[in-house]
Amino acid sequence: MANTGWDEFEIGAMLRSFDGKIDDIAGTLQEDRAYSPNNSFVASVADWRIEKPVFNKDFCIDCQFCWIYCPDISIISRDKKMIGIDMDHCKGCGICVEVCPTNPKSLLMFPEQADEETELANWPAKDEEN
Amino acid sequence: MAFDKMELRDIEVWDGNFAAAQALRQAQVDVVAAYPITPSTPIVEGYAKFKSDNYVEGEFVMVESEHAAMSGCIGAAAAGGRVATATSSQGFALMVETLYQAAGMRLPIVLNVVNRALAAPLNVNGDHSDMYLGRDSGWIQFDAYCPQEAYDLNFIAFKVSEDHDVRIPAVVNQDGFMTSHTAQGVHTLTDDDAYGFVGTYKPMNDMLDFEHPVTHGVQTEEDWHFEHKARQHNDMMTIVPGKIEEAFAAFEKLTGRKYNKVECYDMDDADVAVVCMGTSVETAREVAKEMREEGIKAGVVGIRVLRPFPFFEIAKALKDVKAVAALDRSAPGGAAGMLFNEIAGSLFNTDSKMLLSGYIYGLGGRDLTKAHLVDLYKELQANADAGKVLTKQQQFIGVRGPKLAYL
Repeated sequence: MANTGWDEFEIGAMLRSFDGKIDDIAGTLQEDRAYSPNNSFVASVADWRIEKPVFNKDFCIDCQFCWIYCPDISIISRDKKMIGIDMDHCKGCGICVEVCPTNPKSLLMFPEQADEETELANWPAKDEEN
Repeated sequence: MAFDKMELRDIEVWDGNFAAAQALRQAQVDVVAAYPITPSTPIVEGYAKFKSDNYVEGEFVMVESEHAAMSGCIGAAAAGGRVATATSSQGFALMVETLYQAAGMRLPIVLNVVNRALAAPLNVNGDHSDMYLGRDSGWIQFDAYCPQEAYDLNFIAFKVSEDHDVRIPAVVNQDGFMTSHTAQGVHTLTDDDAYGFVGTYKPMNDMLDFEHPVTHGVQTEEDWHFEHKARQHNDMMTIVPGKIEEAFAAFEKLTGRKYNKVECYDMDDADVAVVCMGTSVETAREVAKEMREEGIKAGVVGIRVLRPFPFFEIAKALKDVKAVAALDRSAPGGAAGMLFNEIAGSLFNTDSKMLLSGYIYGLGGRDLTKAHLVDLYKELQANADAGKVLTKQQQFIGVRGPKLAYL
């Protein structure tokens, strides 16, 4: 790609998500799709993030709110079960934490450098006043 | 869903707007996203009526602004349909951002621009300010001088723009009111002939091809932007001119009406010539004939294709002419007029000894009268006789107050 000349592009400001024809893409999970190198799925933007969400499955009720609200499709859910977060594409916006309805929350924001094991061990207790 | 065909007389009395609307119907445009503005509104209104009367199978999208109108056209073109709209003046100005998008995304769209002055002061009448505003947007630009040409050039615009080797959007300009609202006899094509000329739309990289997903309108920075722009310019310079010639030739074969990138009238032996666009070409042609009766060998050159600019065709048309006037119908804003500069550029590195002078005229719909052009031709003849430009190189025609002349 680095030496691609002006005459070697397809015309238009256009990229293809897949090289060649695809079939039943809606029925294929992201991790099983043969994305082209031009697709943003294969590019990590993790370094855009200053804060990161940490997921605590002990309190999660699999309501899918975070999955619905995430603007970057970075909540990974399979068979209606919350599995985790796609940390290559999460921008750390915190919307998943805002919409999480459990008490305590199943997702909380921490500085990017925070140690996940430590934060899970020190997870806040249930807030009895709310 | 079937649509009805329309029986047309061989010659219909149409104004430029209705002629363009009929062309959009006959080309069976799939999507028109539009926002009304004087004097172009009847074009999209006409398409909407044809659609509601079942004469066209398509979608009319009413949007909240011209920016949204062209954005809708871009989306529809990327999706894979035949797309057109129309605008003027302030609406065109609001569209400009998206014009660059359409050209950069290489989406074939036909935009009818009914030329009108740009405020302030607010003015609905014709000049070429909007045409000039879009000249570097990367669109192919045709110019019609009368309703017949507004009709014909729409078909030619679709054919060139949608060619898979081109895929560059095209503007068809016509003068506000002077063309758009002046009814004249227009030789028609049958629905079948017109559609046959334009051809069935052939999608390319369309978003509705679900087996080949594409992302349109991607971002590049200093790493790839320049290469994309280079490709755009290269294709305008090397591919589009030939495709326009082909379309003109095919159209002549079908209708007998011949178009040229540069239209020459009485130019074979001309000593003096006026270069202009729009309805002024027709006025100048009439005056040139009268000047010849007075012994002045006068000619007229009309720009039919403003972009890609017919650099060599202009040089060829003017190389043996002694004195030339470039008529610009747009406020030059502190420079020589656009046509003055383009013509000067075309002739500069040649052996031509042509004397060039620039004239600013007709702003905000001010008439260019035959008397103005008689004076102008006489001024050119005096320049030719003296072997030098006797006036300032830029003059204003038809404005009240002390004579304005610069450069």
